[in-house]
Amino acid sequence: MTPPEKSLTEQNKELIKEVLQAYPEKSRKKREKHLNVHEDGKADCGVKSNIKSVPGVMTARGCAYAGSKGVVWGPIKDMIHISHGPVGCGYWSWSGRRNYYVGNTGIDAFGTMHFTSDFQERDIVFGGDKKLTKIIHEIEELFPLNKGISIQSECPIGLIGDDIEAVAKKTSKEIGKPVIPLRCEGFRGVSQSLGHHIANDAIRDWVFPRFDQAKKDNTLKFESTDYDVALIGDYNIGGDAWASRMLLEEMGLRVVAQWSGDGTIDELVQGPAAKLILIHCYRSMNYICRSLEETYGLPWMEFNFFGPTKIAASLREIAAKFDKKIQDNAEKVIAKYQPIMDAVVKKYRPRVEGNTVMLYVGGLRPRHVVPAFEDLGIKVVGTGYEFAHNDDYKRTTHYIDNATIIYDDVTAYEFEEFTKAMKPDMIASGIKEKYVFQKMGLPFRQMHSWDYSGPYHGYDGFAIFARDMDLALNSPTWDLVGAPWKKATAKVKAA
Amino acid sequence: MPQNPEKIVDHLELFKQPEYTALFENKRKNFEGAHSDEEVARVSEWTKGWEYREKNFAREALTINPAKGCQPVGAMFAALGFEGTLPFVQGSQGCVAYFRTHLSRHYKEPCSAVSSSMTEDAAVFGGLNNMIEGLSVSYTLYKPKMIAVCTTCMAEVIGDDLGAFITNAKGAGSIPQDFPVPFAHTPSFVGSHTTGYDNMMKGILLNLTEGKKKNKTNGKINFIPGFDTYVGNNRELKRMLGLMGIDYTILSDTSDYFDSPNTGEYEMYPGGTTLEDAADSINAEATVALQAYTTTKTRDYIEKQWKQPTKVLRPFGVKGTDEFLMTLSEMTGKAIPAELEVDRGRLVDAMTDSYAWLHGKKFAIYGDPDLIFYVTSFLLEMGAEPVHILCNNGDDVFKAELQAVLDASPFGKQATIWNGKDLWHFRSLLFTEPVDFFVGNSYGKYLWRDTKIPMVRIGYPLFDRHHLHRYATLGYQGGINLLNWVVNTILDEMDRNSNITGKTDISFDLIR
Repeated sequence: MTPPEKSLTEQNKELIKEVLQAYPEKSRKKREKHLNVHEDGKADCGVKSNIKSVPGVMTARGCAYAGSKGVVWGPIKDMIHISHGPVGCGYWSWSGRRNYYVGNTGIDAFGTMHFTSDFQERDIVFGGDKKLTKIIHEIEELFPLNKGISIQSECPIGLIGDDIEAVAKKTSKEIGKPVIPLRCEGFRGVSQSLGHHIANDAIRDWVFPRFDQAKKDNTLKFESTDYDVALIGDYNIGGDAWASRMLLEEMGLRVVAQWSGDGTIDELVQGPAAKLILIHCYRSMNYICRSLEETYGLPWMEFNFFGPTKIAASLREIAAKFDKKIQDNAEKVIAKYQPIMDAVVKKYRPRVEGNTVMLYVGGLRPRHVVPAFEDLGIKVVGTGYEFAHNDDYKRTTHYIDNATIIYDDVTAYEFEEFTKAMKPDMIASGIKEKYVFQKMGLPFRQMHSWDYSGPYHGYDGFAIFARDMDLALNSPTWDLVGAPWKKATAKVKAA
Repeated sequence: MPQNPEKIVDHLELFKQPEYTALFENKRKNFEGAHSDEEVARVSEWTKGWEYREKNFAREALTINPAKGCQPVGAMFAALGFEGTLPFVQGSQGCVAYFRTHLSRHYKEPCSAVSSSMTEDAAVFGGLNNMIEGLSVSYTLYKPKMIAVCTTCMAEVIGDDLGAFITNAKGAGSIPQDFPVPFAHTPSFVGSHTTGYDNMMKGILLNLTEGKKKNKTNGKINFIPGFDTYVGNNRELKRMLGLMGIDYTILSDTSDYFDSPNTGEYEMYPGGTTLEDAADSINAEATVALQAYTTTKTRDYIEKQWKQPTKVLRPFGVKGTDEFLMTLSEMTGKAIPAELEVDRGRLVDAMTDSYAWLHGKKFAIYGDPDLIFYVTSFLLEMGAEPVHILCNNGDDVFKAELQAVLDASPFGKQATIWNGKDLWHFRSLLFTEPVDFFVGNSYGKYLWRDTKIPMVRIGYPLFDRHHLHRYATLGYQGGINLLNWVVNTILDEMDRNSNITGKTDISFDLIR
């Protein structure tokens, strides 16, 4: 009698157990809480998250500085962001995220520059507050068109106890511009996620008072309309926010603020003047949404502009918050683009359909891109987040199938072992993972930076996404991996 | 126009479409609070002048677009050149994510390193527990032959003592007592990535050679490449040494690690100096460093502790390679073989073919001290004239040494060496005293855009061009590569400047 076949869920659960065997016992216990197999009907993916990484594993996670400077504040293009501390943090992350912007770099925009206090030993010993003050005045002198300054603290700042808030207040008065301190030292929290939170809190505490004042003085830079929205949580990687903004404007909405890709300090200040907040990356900006709701009674909603199915659904959900005019416009926008999307799918789906992919990205894309893959007939068989919280894993259940393997803060070891066992056709993750899997002969796409392509958001973006998945999966180069004489020998041996 | 499924365009073309340019204009006009175009143009012009240059050079506290990184990446780089070695960075984890990313982006290769993931509690209580657990986990999981530990600035500020921590971790049973765990303190507020290389190299050699000194030499010569990111270089070095019949050990050979073949199977630790060879390096006849400023502490240690002679020999360009080979020949009694003389002749032949396009051309350069040293020396051999030489992480010794090279050449008279300056200083130099071309890493592309001065990509990192790092710059053959990059950049530029039909194309020559 053959034993009854194990379900995929059981198989994957066993796989997790096997992979965990490689750990010392103590860390195995820690790691097993972060790995699970999704079962239909469960309200959650059943993994722990937002907990410290195990020391000594290869984690893909970054730090609070990466979250604050690298993600939220860095893309504000008309401000200068000081990487305050030693030279490295800013240097290694310099222009690493493709937050596209329009501007004259070095004159009225500063997005691809690296400003640092380049801490030396004496700064550690004597403190860096005086140096910071001087830096801010030097910036004012050399870059007079800057619209403000943010101070992004690196690890030593918090450890030596510098008072950057005092410096910020004092210099802000002196230069007559916003100077915003961020306590985003890399040792704070367990990943870049805390940096997002800290960055959001700084917007609340250091930017919104300017909105309140402007409202009081009646000096807001525009006349409000009923259709004003703020597009937030989009960092304009490869121009994503623009492809999204295009659709919102086409349906008759007015985007009065874009946070923070291609953003400006004025747009940060104007945010609370919007009638509705539209958030794409929930993980990095949900904090400020809650704050806007509490303080200004401003409604907010999450949307998903990956793939035509979700884009259409999101456009309708957004329109439902407005009047019939907008709702009709939304239908027009969908009607305009749907045939083009149908043609894109018709062209590319046959080339990629039936393939499987494993994802591992940051705090939003492990779920939001699933429907875009599904639009092309590609099945996601495993997914996980670098820095998600429990609510992200709850939201993930709406997107994934039964038996999908879930890995939170996956270690390089686990990811490689899961891949070897699950044999997906493609991996979609980050640069640190990319070449490992390519050496395994697997097609790979970077889903943090779109592999230097993009945008991937919106209808324009989906066409590029489809093209890119096709070129990744169907590149003839993958067939060249492995010498033919080796393959022939293997066949002979097998026979 | 929305996307055409038959010709899908990405960011390179998409955002030139009128819908998007209108979107940008609307956003700028109505919501950004932007400065006027006239004001932007005025300030832009102002930043290009002498007044701005003086203000720019007067700054004391601010660094803008630096041309240096911090220590741990150099330490990791040195460690990755040893067989089966896993770099372990004691400190917060974000740094390691950045280091791995940076090296992967340059090489387009995997880069493995772990962190002890220290957070707030470690900031208060110290990172000992992280070290104990971290060493145990990385040893068990990734099965390295050696774990090389360095620090981030966090661990340095709180004062973690690596030597004591590693001993404690071994005592706690994290790893076997005899497992090699060399270490280096690499505070990021001291020196730069080149300092980190030196510190880790010294740490590894110290650890591996302890108690390995014998009465007799092993007849080999050690070579230390330094923070040299060209994977072709160690291969060229090995070829030359092979031709000469010299027995050698390369201490930290990263060329296979960062250039491994795609076989369909991922290997975590490709290539590298074997730990046995590294341990035996203490018994070599001599140690030759191919870079001076990334090996000062290491050489000092070797001379004092190993009682072994060291030399700095830089086999780059004609004279550098000549001196390298002749000195090696003297040291070993081995003749320089005819093949290398043929190589030399070929490089000289190439140089005499191309010199006319380089002679008297003014150039600027920035980068690490050793790289600047060899590129400048080589270009002087071509009759090119350095004007601005900018080194963010150079010291006075470097300045004096390079000045002597400049003084010895009739082509070096116009050069000024700028130590401790950054790429925003460099921008002012290029605008106020323009040159014919400049040499630098990929970050130089912003200067290329601003100044329109042709740029030759040599250095680290090279993110925006493929495969340059795969070549050699070392030896006579490497000289041909350097020449190729420089002369063909100049010729490309010449074509661009003479390609407008009926206007500038009089000199659009087929043969150059």
